[in-house]
Amino acid sequence: MSFESENHAEAYWKENLRLMFTLLSIWALVSFGCGILFVDELNAIRVGGFKLGFWFAQQGAIYVFLVLIAVYAYKMNQLDRKYNVHEDHDEAEEAEPVLEEKFGQ
Amino acid sequence: MDIQTLTFIIVGMTFALYIGIAIWSRAGSTNDFYVAGGGVHPLANGMATAADWMSAASFISMAGLISFMGYDGAVYLMGWTGGYVLLALCLAPYLRKFGKFTVPAFIGDRYYSQTARTVAVICAIFVSFTYVAGQMRGVGVVFSRFLEVDVTTGVIIGMGIVFFYAVLGGMKGITYTQVAQYCVLIFAYLVPAIFISVMMTGNVIPQIGFGSELADGSGTYLLDKLDGLSAELGFTEYTSGTKSTIDVFFITAALMVGTAGLPHVIVRFFTVPKVRDARKSAGWALLFIALLYTTAPAIASFARVNMIDTINGPDAQGTAYTEAPSWITNWEKTGLISWEDKNEDGKMFYSGDDRNEMKIDRDIMVLANPEIADLPAWVIALVAAGGIAAALSTSAGLLLVISTSVSHDLLKRNLMPNISEKQELTYARIASAVAVCVAGYLGINPPGFVAQVVAFAFGLAASSFFPAIIMGIFSKRMNKEGAIAGMLSGITFTAAYIIYFKFINPAGNVPENWLFGISPEGIGTLGMVINFVVAMAVARVTTESPQDVQEMVANIRFPKGAGEATAH
Repeated sequence: MSFESENHAEAYWKENLRLMFTLLSIWALVSFGCGILFVDELNAIRVGGFKLGFWFAQQGAIYVFLVLIAVYAYKMNQLDRKYNVHEDHDEAEEAEPVLEEKFGQ
Repeated sequence: MDIQTLTFIIVGMTFALYIGIAIWSRAGSTNDFYVAGGGVHPLANGMATAADWMSAASFISMAGLISFMGYDGAVYLMGWTGGYVLLALCLAPYLRKFGKFTVPAFIGDRYYSQTARTVAVICAIFVSFTYVAGQMRGVGVVFSRFLEVDVTTGVIIGMGIVFFYAVLGGMKGITYTQVAQYCVLIFAYLVPAIFISVMMTGNVIPQIGFGSELADGSGTYLLDKLDGLSAELGFTEYTSGTKSTIDVFFITAALMVGTAGLPHVIVRFFTVPKVRDARKSAGWALLFIALLYTTAPAIASFARVNMIDTINGPDAQGTAYTEAPSWITNWEKTGLISWEDKNEDGKMFYSGDDRNEMKIDRDIMVLANPEIADLPAWVIALVAAGGIAAALSTSAGLLLVISTSVSHDLLKRNLMPNISEKQELTYARIASAVAVCVAGYLGINPPGFVAQVVAFAFGLAASSFFPAIIMGIFSKRMNKEGAIAGMLSGITFTAAYIIYFKFINPAGNVPENWLFGISPEGIGTLGMVINFVVAMAVARVTTESPQDVQEMVANIRFPKGAGEATAH
């Protein structure tokens, strides 16, 4: 176990899951919500030449996806550091034996 | 210089580039061959992933499909990008930490079962072959139009090139060639889009251009003109679709989940040095993909307006066939456009009702677009090179998955565990050589329509791999009985549904007959749900996974201590 304690491992995993589910809710909201289920309602709103629902379906959702991955990568790096489970050269030397040694055949 | 000479020069130059890279990056070990030595920078890996991902279908067919489908085309746009969010958040980092070469290796180890590994190998090979057949077809189309050789010769030339760098360089050769191919294909895609956007709307950025006013001084928005034209000509309004909401929902979900479950996409994240890089790399990949995917709907709407305007003429009464622009006559030769003078007025007319006299294949829109918009010849040649780059890069990635599955998962881990690394590498090369030949054969004699075959690959990936991997990471208790039962029931259901409607009873493939109104393209989503439900039910009544496996799962959930991806 690379964590300082069982509690740490649990807390790290919980925070990870919370972040993941938050981001996935936004993911579902912009694509399945704005782009598909509520597309007709949103189409009543116009931004320039775009009907908003149409824009979400063919443009907006993709931009949001990009932001979501960027936020995830950034936040997870912070979380890794907070619980001291990040990968770095100085730690690599005293790191746990890699998986292959433990479970390999 | 005429278009054909230019095309030969530009395509020839790109081929020389790919071969040069292949020689420079020969693979020396299985590690090089399978995962490029695990030392690819996340940015380069993102680019390679994007090229790997964006196939002939994305480059050649997608904008054309959207052009004819309007709003409904969003299923491809969201479906084929949204999967990367799932990959980045739920799969890539954990699979990278796990640190093996292949998806079947993960399934086999996580579910401590040779049977699970074998099921996964078969799924991987099947999915990859269905997918690769479509790519070779794309190469053939490009060759036959622009180099005026027949499709068979085109496919053979394409296979020769792929053979060279895939067999020689493995993942290492493929990755660096794909970086070059990405640059070629994105440049080839954006240049005509920007040209046309400026011509039609005065806006340099196509993504904004297609929501702008037309540059003809009328003050109408492009999309409004398109909606108006569609209404006049008896099509559905461009910005609303014809598919039912439930079908759009299920197709989008199937494509998203399928993307995240495709072995040739997942394996890309084994090639980066760290878990951190796997997350980042998914972001880079999506950025590079989004460049093309947000441009595609712009091209689609530009092309549609242009096409209707040139065929129906400025007065919307039709253009005399004798004055037909050269792109129509050029493409008539390939049989992808045809005109039948129903009212015998000598004029071509295009519409969505019985006045229609034109048959236009969707696949030509991107390739013909520069000709329709009267762009310079070098742009047209560039698009040909881009189409070939897209098809080659994807085929190479798929061939690698096939050869890895055979040499590593099937031979090394199943049938001949005692072979040395050198022998394994030889087998990997033989397997990819055989795969190239099979793919070439499938490209020359394609099984049914390419699009149907691709729908198959996504449905199967969505209903087999995705749930098995997700549960393998997020549920420590999930055991082999559950995973195997889940994969088998998901894939059987999905395959049966698709085969029934696509091959046994294609005449009955109408919304009235579909289960809950879900088309075969979207059924993978339901297959995935079945997989999850069956797996959890079976796992509940069988013994939970052994302690060492549960520890392994705990171990892949944090980055620290990730080694290089390894074989053993």
